Amino acid sequence: MLDIRELHKTFGPIHAVRGISFKVEQGEVLGFLGPNGAGKSTTMRMITGFLPPTSGTALVHGHDVTTDVVAAKRQIGYLPENAPVYGDMTVVNFLRFVAEIRGYAGKERDNRVDAAIEKALLTGVRRQTIGTLSKGFRQRVCFGQAILHDPPVLIMDEPTDGLDPNQKHVVRNMILDMAPRKAIVISTHILEEVEAVCSRAVIIAKGRIVANGTPADLKAHSDSHGAVELTVKQPSEQVAADLRALPSAARVEQEGAQYTVYPRDPGRLFADVTQLVRQRDWHPTGLKYIEGRLDDVFRELTLGGETAANPN
Amino acid sequence: MECLHNTKAIVKRELKSYFESPIAYVFLVVFLMLTAFLTFSVGRYYENGQADLRAFFWWHPWVYLILVPAAAMRLWAEERRAGTIELLLTMPVTLTQAILGKFLAAWCFLAIALALTFPVVLTTYYLGNPDSGVIVTGYLGSLLLAGAYLSVGILTSAMTRNQVISFVLSVVVCLFLLLAGWPPVTDFLVRAAQDSPVLQWLLQAVSSLSFMPHFENIQRGVVALRDLVYYASVMAFMLFATQVVLENRKAG
Repeated sequence: MLDIRELHKTFGPIHAVRGISFKVEQGEVLGFLGPNGAGKSTTMRMITGFLPPTSGTALVHGHDVTTDVVAAKRQIGYLPENAPVYGDMTVVNFLRFVAEIRGYAGKERDNRVDAAIEKALLTGVRRQTIGTLSKGFRQRVCFGQAILHDPPVLIMDEPTDGLDPNQKHVVRNMILDMAPRKAIVISTHILEEVEAVCSRAVIIAKGRIVANGTPADLKAHSDSHGAVELTVKQPSEQVAADLRALPSAARVEQEGAQYTVYPRDPGRLFADVTQLVRQRDWHPTGLKYIEGRLDDVFRELTLGGETAANPN
Repeated sequence: MECLHNTKAIVKRELKSYFESPIAYVFLVVFLMLTAFLTFSVGRYYENGQADLRAFFWWHPWVYLILVPAAAMRLWAEERRAGTIELLLTMPVTLTQAILGKFLAAWCFLAIALALTFPVVLTTYYLGNPDSGVIVTGYLGSLLLAGAYLSVGILTSAMTRNQVISFVLSVVVCLFLLLAGWPPVTDFLVRAAQDSPVLQWLLQAVSSLSFMPHFENIQRGVVALRDLVYYASVMAFMLFATQVVLENRKAG
């Protein structure tokens, strides 16, 4: 659906995007992650035809953005960063404008607008001026604009940025709802979001891809992957020593009554710890298997990219 | 056809946005009052005792100097400030279509303002027996002049995200293009440069770029091809420059 090939972008002396390639198929939600300034927005702007790539290209549903940008743009719904919308228009007039510029007229136009209003949950504010709406609603207006033509490819730049937890939940549900029928790319630096909606994640740093895999794959790279968190009623030196003595444990950290055991062998540690708990009769009040923290992987990869790019 | 509906949608939105905000009404009221005041009081329309619109059209280059940049300053500066330029240019339109759409919308708006001056025409027909041809070419010339100013205003609007800067720049550029060919100024300069043929030639070249001689030719009732070509090329050049500026600046 979306095939990105060796995209590069330079702004004067700044090489912002340095050879990004990935593919997104129908049904996938790709999380596009990276620290601020890593080149996420620039990459998205090249895919959506706002900025011409310095080299490389993107194929959107078969249309090349460097040779037929208008056809490519027709296949994309785009939610730019900060959800810019015309503040002086009413919701319904704005969506009508978008429908017309996308080539719908008459009855078809009105149907499209009504459907977008319904999907983006804007029924209550359809006649309101966009400038008077709250940030969450403006975000949804922009979302409505992006899905109005039912595009096969949907690109969203930080779709939940600045929203409260309830609004984030609404937006995530909208994304999940459409996911099976579309190829979706969302950029974010909120890692919980990746776990909530993405089927795959690409992490970039300094304009390069540093990781590409499912959230579970990525978490397996974290050093807390396979760790065990154990809370006991009566903490003692003996407990820590016994845990440390396990062959599958690498090290143990204690915080009050809670012990975190980091694995040498992530596959076996949990079984070993549970067996030990049963043998010693420690009366655990909590026992938890840690899949790994995306934050750790993210930090490791993106900071690692910084040192790699800087040979000194 | 495809290209038409895109541009049409933009024209429609821009025109609507003039009339949905107070800008349009402030603009129209000021324009109509100012032209009426200048024509009837300062221009001594009645005292001239002639049934023509010379006193009316004479003021247009000066009224437009302030009002057209005001009507144009919002067009791109606001898109860039609000970030909606990213939305607009990721729609299935080309940059040229977007620029043309905005230009045509603003030009239509100016044409509406100009059309609303019809009471002056009615007054003239009531008072005497004017030459209809000259009135028609007068309006045509005025509309072309407005379009030329507007194309300058669109260019300066694309250069900045600040509407005030756009306005000031555009007034300065228009003022230059106006004065470069305005007889009181050119006569003075020609006299000053009497001794140097090179300077003379340079002055001629610059003054031939000015709006003024072309505006006056058409006001006299002569629609020559060269004047039409002049206006068309000014607008085409300014819009093309707008495109170049936007290509370079839209990232920032």
